[in-house]
Amino acid sequence: MSLGSLLVQCLNAVQYGLLLFLVASGLTLIFGIMGVINLAHGSFYMIGAYMAFVLAPLFGTNLFAMLAAGVVLAVLFGYVLEWVFFSFLYEREHLQQVLMTYGLILVFEELRSIIVGNDVHGVAMPAWLAGSVALGDLMSYPVYRLFISGACIAIALTLYAVIQHTRLGMTIRAGASNREMVQTLGIDIRLLFRTVFAAGVALAALAGMLAAPVSSVYPGMGQQVLIICFVVVVIGGIGSITGALVASLLVGVVDTFGKVFFPDFSGVGIYVLMAAILCWRPTGLFGPQR
Amino acid sequence: MLSIARKFALAFAVCALSCAALAQTTAPIKVGLMLPYSGTYAALGVAIENGFKLFVDEQGGKIAGRPVQYFKVDDESEPSKATDNIGKLIKRDQVDVVIGTVHSGVALAMAKVAKDTGTLLIIPNAGAQAITGPMCSKNVFRSSFSNWQPGYAMGVVAAQKGHKKVVTITWKYAAGDESAKGFTEGFEKGGGKVVKALSLPFPNVEFQALLTEIAALKPDAVYTFFAGGGAVKFVKDYDAAGLQKSIPLYGAGFLTDGTLEAQGEAAQGLITALHYGDGLKNAKNDAFRLAYAKTFKSQADVYAVQGYDAAQILSIGLSAAKGDVKNQAAFATAVESAKIDSPRGVFTLSASHNPVQDMYVRTVKGRENIVTGVAVKALADPSIGCKP
Repeated sequence: MSLGSLLVQCLNAVQYGLLLFLVASGLTLIFGIMGVINLAHGSFYMIGAYMAFVLAPLFGTNLFAMLAAGVVLAVLFGYVLEWVFFSFLYEREHLQQVLMTYGLILVFEELRSIIVGNDVHGVAMPAWLAGSVALGDLMSYPVYRLFISGACIAIALTLYAVIQHTRLGMTIRAGASNREMVQTLGIDIRLLFRTVFAAGVALAALAGMLAAPVSSVYPGMGQQVLIICFVVVVIGGIGSITGALVASLLVGVVDTFGKVFFPDFSGVGIYVLMAAILCWRPTGLFGPQR
Repeated sequence: MLSIARKFALAFAVCALSCAALAQTTAPIKVGLMLPYSGTYAALGVAIENGFKLFVDEQGGKIAGRPVQYFKVDDESEPSKATDNIGKLIKRDQVDVVIGTVHSGVALAMAKVAKDTGTLLIIPNAGAQAITGPMCSKNVFRSSFSNWQPGYAMGVVAAQKGHKKVVTITWKYAAGDESAKGFTEGFEKGGGKVVKALSLPFPNVEFQALLTEIAALKPDAVYTFFAGGGAVKFVKDYDAAGLQKSIPLYGAGFLTDGTLEAQGEAAQGLITALHYGDGLKNAKNDAFRLAYAKTFKSQADVYAVQGYDAAQILSIGLSAAKGDVKNQAAFATAVESAKIDSPRGVFTLSASHNPVQDMYVRTVKGRENIVTGVAVKALADPSIGCKP
């Protein structure tokens, strides 16, 4: 393999990893802080993508306005969903959580089928991002993919700032490591949960909206993302945003180079990685050590 | 008052008797539709059902003189549930014939059950070669294609175009592997060479790494097998990576079937091979498309044709067996010797019960796959390992 294509593959790996991070960060927040196994998280990604499909024609070239509108809708949706469904789950066992969130997947898929139908749809990307950058003599790299990476980095930095340097972030971190203690210190845990859940939904939906123009929207698109995101969350350590970032990039690298060097075993690469890391650190790379 | 009640009772009794007698002479044939009604292939399942029902309705709602009663199961394109699902139709609903399905893995499990229980099975899409290969059976029929057929036809055409060095890229599962093998066979017979077979796990759609690999290999052309959402993303990614203009992309027809609206500009000019296409001129097709559009308010596609032909096969076989599904010998003999007048053109069934059919070359123009010629006439699947 030449140096040139090696560099392009690295770019592919990072780009894929960053997008994974965007979905997985929301999952790790909800999983780590609220202790809910949320199988419906992939559906939030799917909902985001379909939101882009519906909203894109309304906003035309104004991508940022569309993203902002989508995020607001997703936050409201997440807030209501937590209130109506998830708030009843915290004291239940994991099996019941899995049952309900799996049920939600079916409900969301059916609603999608009723409202938008089962066809595959393309989502237009704004003209100013539709070009591509030449890489070598044969290949070019779409500008929009670079834009996604940029957006993911910006969101990662914002998340870092919020979690490390604000009061809200402090309570979130505290909630992740010891829920009862946070409660006894007089913090309204219910409001905290609702906020975190809404943020998690918004992050997944945002990832869906950003990815929609390159991935197009199709039935069942959420499930596939969900499985990889659980791998990311487990590798990174449940509840750790930094862990999710590192794990996403690791998964991106392993997946990309697995496809190139070991095409026959590319499917198992990330699971081998997960198994190896769990043997070494049973709570994940950045999980709380026991 | 009493007499009125008595009259009613009498009338009711008479009706009940006669109705029962009526039901006996024209007992409905129970058709089990085991198709994907959810997930990636949901639209395909609906098209197949529509096509099937269109033919039945054209016969006045009857097949071989018997009215048709439908039983539906959503197979979810989930091979692990396939045995249970077909069991529901055979054991619980006691169906006479099963129609299904789209996903090859599910169809393989269904074919095994059908073979073991002797239930009549007509497969309206799944192209797994084994079904009409080592697993072939006297009571299992296919109205669609084998994965090998479009691949082989495309390989012949790619060699004719003068390409020497080709890379194939597919999902790593039965359909993808068989399609790529078919292509390799047709292409290498014509003097070309497949230099690398790339693959990724089903239904992964992260193609960027493999596209970079293709750019590094610099082949004359690329052959691919993807369908549904994966096909849309692959075609768009291939175009966005700038490969479209320097390395032509060929595919099995599913690459551009039912996906053109989403693929848009990126798909223009793509050449694929399949047993059906747009602008196919024959009287049967014209009538079929018109009737389909009128009934279902949507355009017929290849899946609708396959559903329609599944009903035709059932009708031909059952008429020969005089409506008796147990008479499978008469059923099979009639179907094997029939010339089936399909919207795709007339085709026959081989001894292994796979269509022997013309494979068309199609070019994407706008939202249509325009048929530009015949790649291979009357192409039969090799059906290796089938001992009927």
